[in-house]
Amino acid sequence: MSATDIHDPNRRDFLYVATGMAAVVGAGAVAWPFIDQMRPDASTLALASVEVDVSSLQPGSSLIVKWRGKPVVVRNRTEKEMKDGEAVNLSDLKDPIARNANLPSDAPATDANRTTPGKEAWMVMVQVCTHLGCIPLGQEGDFGGWFCPCHGSQYDTAGRIRKGPAPENMAIPVFKFMSDTKILIG
Amino acid sequence: MKKILTSLALIGLVAAGTAAFAAEEAHNAAAPTHFPINEPKEMSWSFTGPFGTYDKAQLQRGLKVYKEVCSACHSMNLVAFRTLSDLGYNDAQVKTLAAGYTIHDGPNDAGDMFDRPGKPSDHFPPPFANEEAAAASNGGAAPPDMSLLAKARGVERGFPQFVFDIFTQYDAGGPDYIHSLLTGYDQTPPAGMVIPEGTHYNPYFMSGVSLKMPKPLSDGQVTYDDGSPQTVDQYSRDVSAFLMWAAEPHMEDRKKTGFRVLVFLLLFGALVYMTKRKVWEGVAH
Amino acid sequence: MSEGHSTYTPKTGLGRWFDARMPLPRLVYDSFVAYPVPRNLNYMWTFGGILSIMLVAQILTGIVLAMHYTSDTNLAFGSVEKIMRDVNSGWLLRYMHANGASFFFVAVYIHIFRGLYYGSYKAPRELLWILGCIIYLLMMATGFMGYVLPWGQMSFWGATVITGFFSAIPLVGDWIQQLLLGGFAVDNPTLNRFFALHYLLPFMIAGVVVLHIWALHVVGQSNPTGIEIKSKTDTVAFTPYATIKDAFGMIVFLFFFAYFVFYLPNYLGHPDNYIVANPLKTPAHIVPEWYFLPFYAILRAITFNIGPINSKLGGVLCMFGAIAMLFLVPWLDTSKVRSAVYRPWYKLFFWLFVADAILLGWLGSQPAEGSYVFMAQMATLFYFAFFLVIMPVLGLIETPRRLPNSITEAVLEKNKGGSGHPAGATAAPQTKG
Repeated sequence: MSATDIHDPNRRDFLYVATGMAAVVGAGAVAWPFIDQMRPDASTLALASVEVDVSSLQPGSSLIVKWRGKPVVVRNRTEKEMKDGEAVNLSDLKDPIARNANLPSDAPATDANRTTPGKEAWMVMVQVCTHLGCIPLGQEGDFGGWFCPCHGSQYDTAGRIRKGPAPENMAIPVFKFMSDTKILIG
Repeated sequence: MKKILTSLALIGLVAAGTAAFAAEEAHNAAAPTHFPINEPKEMSWSFTGPFGTYDKAQLQRGLKVYKEVCSACHSMNLVAFRTLSDLGYNDAQVKTLAAGYTIHDGPNDAGDMFDRPGKPSDHFPPPFANEEAAAASNGGAAPPDMSLLAKARGVERGFPQFVFDIFTQYDAGGPDYIHSLLTGYDQTPPAGMVIPEGTHYNPYFMSGVSLKMPKPLSDGQVTYDDGSPQTVDQYSRDVSAFLMWAAEPHMEDRKKTGFRVLVFLLLFGALVYMTKRKVWEGVAH
Repeated sequence: MSEGHSTYTPKTGLGRWFDARMPLPRLVYDSFVAYPVPRNLNYMWTFGGILSIMLVAQILTGIVLAMHYTSDTNLAFGSVEKIMRDVNSGWLLRYMHANGASFFFVAVYIHIFRGLYYGSYKAPRELLWILGCIIYLLMMATGFMGYVLPWGQMSFWGATVITGFFSAIPLVGDWIQQLLLGGFAVDNPTLNRFFALHYLLPFMIAGVVVLHIWALHVVGQSNPTGIEIKSKTDTVAFTPYATIKDAFGMIVFLFFFAYFVFYLPNYLGHPDNYIVANPLKTPAHIVPEWYFLPFYAILRAITFNIGPINSKLGGVLCMFGAIAMLFLVPWLDTSKVRSAVYRPWYKLFFWLFVADAILLGWLGSQPAEGSYVFMAQMATLFYFAFFLVIMPVLGLIETPRRLPNSITEAVLEKNKGGSGHPAGATAAPQTKG
């Protein structure tokens, strides 16, 4: 250490602080890969989209496909279910947002916004309860939609939360109709 | 004293709560909300209690019932033929038993899959190629694997029964349930109850009013060589005991070891206690 | 772990050689032989030793089980069954490990309630208490991840629900949840990392246990009277007095442990965990392990929004808040008297709190419907009131009974027969320490 350093505390402080900062940056840079490796890996993220053939689905029946490790329900709703869904007043909803990945994030949760234009009978939805991730049972509960057996959340025929602890409507994934009988999810 | 009072207060509180709850759930026989509708019947089994052992003749009969009835739909993937020696069969008998099954094996040198007779090291082959096939052949619900069924089923005992169970060492929840279910068919559902099409009413079923499995056993269906009664009740008892063995093959060993361990701990504990008394002698504490 | 005055004198040449180079024998002698303990400790004080052997037992059985276990979603369930059926003594080791976790928690709950009853958290033992709370948190993490490893239905859905808690955190919740899961749902990456962490955490527990014991040996043990050690007559040497008493306590505890391992090995588990995990089918009731039930009841009791906080976040906050209460106890209790023995009102509320905790545990095992929800809400209210209202207020308004002057006096009075406290007599409480 030179004599000038001893007599110039500012320069010495700067050196100490700079050294300390470099150590922090270095430690952070080393730590990052260790945290980063925990995130979903490339094979998990490279989610091949799922193509679903829905030609066999009569009104009132549904099928479940696995997408991103979660079940996605495709339901051909009955006339009554559609009417029930449309009849709901928006102000009665616990979550007024559509939660539809195909629409802007603030779209209101009307029955139409929960489905695709021209295909209002079809519900395509991640069938995972927004409370703590259980799989609700279809066509059960007070609203004729979905009922989660874990903590009693009830969803209506458009998958909107109506009663129970779940905070949000069930999510609608990115999907499109490739033809009248084929849906591409993801 | 205070502890006793507090626990009494607690029990009172819990009892009041349960009563309130029971009252709230006004009984509606046609639309029950809690299953099973009937509690499983508690049977007497040779394997319960601290000195319980399996009745080998019963296990052999149970195996026969499984082979001739259940195995048409239910797999038992975790059980190997070699372990059937526990049922009292000798090596030659186990070999013959295994050889009676066809095992899908391969590929061979030519790269083809082939069928061969079973060996004692093989496990029970499944009745369906995969779960999807099993579900497709059974109206959409795959019959569960039976290897662990006796431990994977059990109706909640409720308060205060679960406290008593510690002292009575109740460990037959699975077999009691299976026996009750198998003998619980042929009952008339209460008026007004809706039984979904393709299902069968059974008040002992733990997840609904009815199940997909039709009544599997009928009197005289399986021939016993040891003179035991060939009734549904006897069949279901035997197969329940057999399933308990399949789920917990080391139970006898466990209970026998346990008795020795507890006796040792008792004696060792007494010695340590006396040593402790001696060490603390003359030290007021 | 010394208080500066070691009485260790090596007797052999080898002992002196060692002592001059690395005084490990001196450390052991000072900590576990000559270390003075209050002479009036009751059997509630043997649970520290019991917890140590339970930790060792869990680590030993866990290491050998890991030699046979496979952490792959396709193989995990089968590998556990292979341990149960084919591995020599495998059923014994696995039942010891599974029930050992439960009995570890039995012991830790008794240990915690003992601390609450006798005021063991009060100055100067705050840090000792907080280290204990950290051990408890690590135990919960370890227990939760261990329950996932057999890959049964409860393993899978328990993991789904508990990792779901983190998605309640605003803004970063989903990111944190994905970081924990390594995907968008519980799957193979989750199982693998849980296995790695389940193997790691017990050694971290062992590390914090060393700190816990270190802190204990700096401040010394509390005791049923809550009066600090004043003279040599108040104490006895750790060996043989405490060691033999601890040994007896351990054997009694092991007797109950063995009873469950050999006769009721599945009593504390859930039947559904003998069904292999199915990501597409949720069990009718998801029930966590019994030792989480009180907190689970608190989580589910919050069915309503609290201002801007929705019910989901509210439930999660209350659940973590319930654990956070324990960390704050040293500062929430305002009483100058340590032990509930001399605090008639605190004693009453303490037992009500124990009853409340048991009630919450039972409610956690019941479906969240009907009057159960209301009962859980009331029990949750009392849980928080105990810490946030009763503890601070009682310390200010309660008139404690007269304290004996020393541990020795308390012991001698007790041995004379009567309680030794003139009825109704009160005096200035012991303020030292």
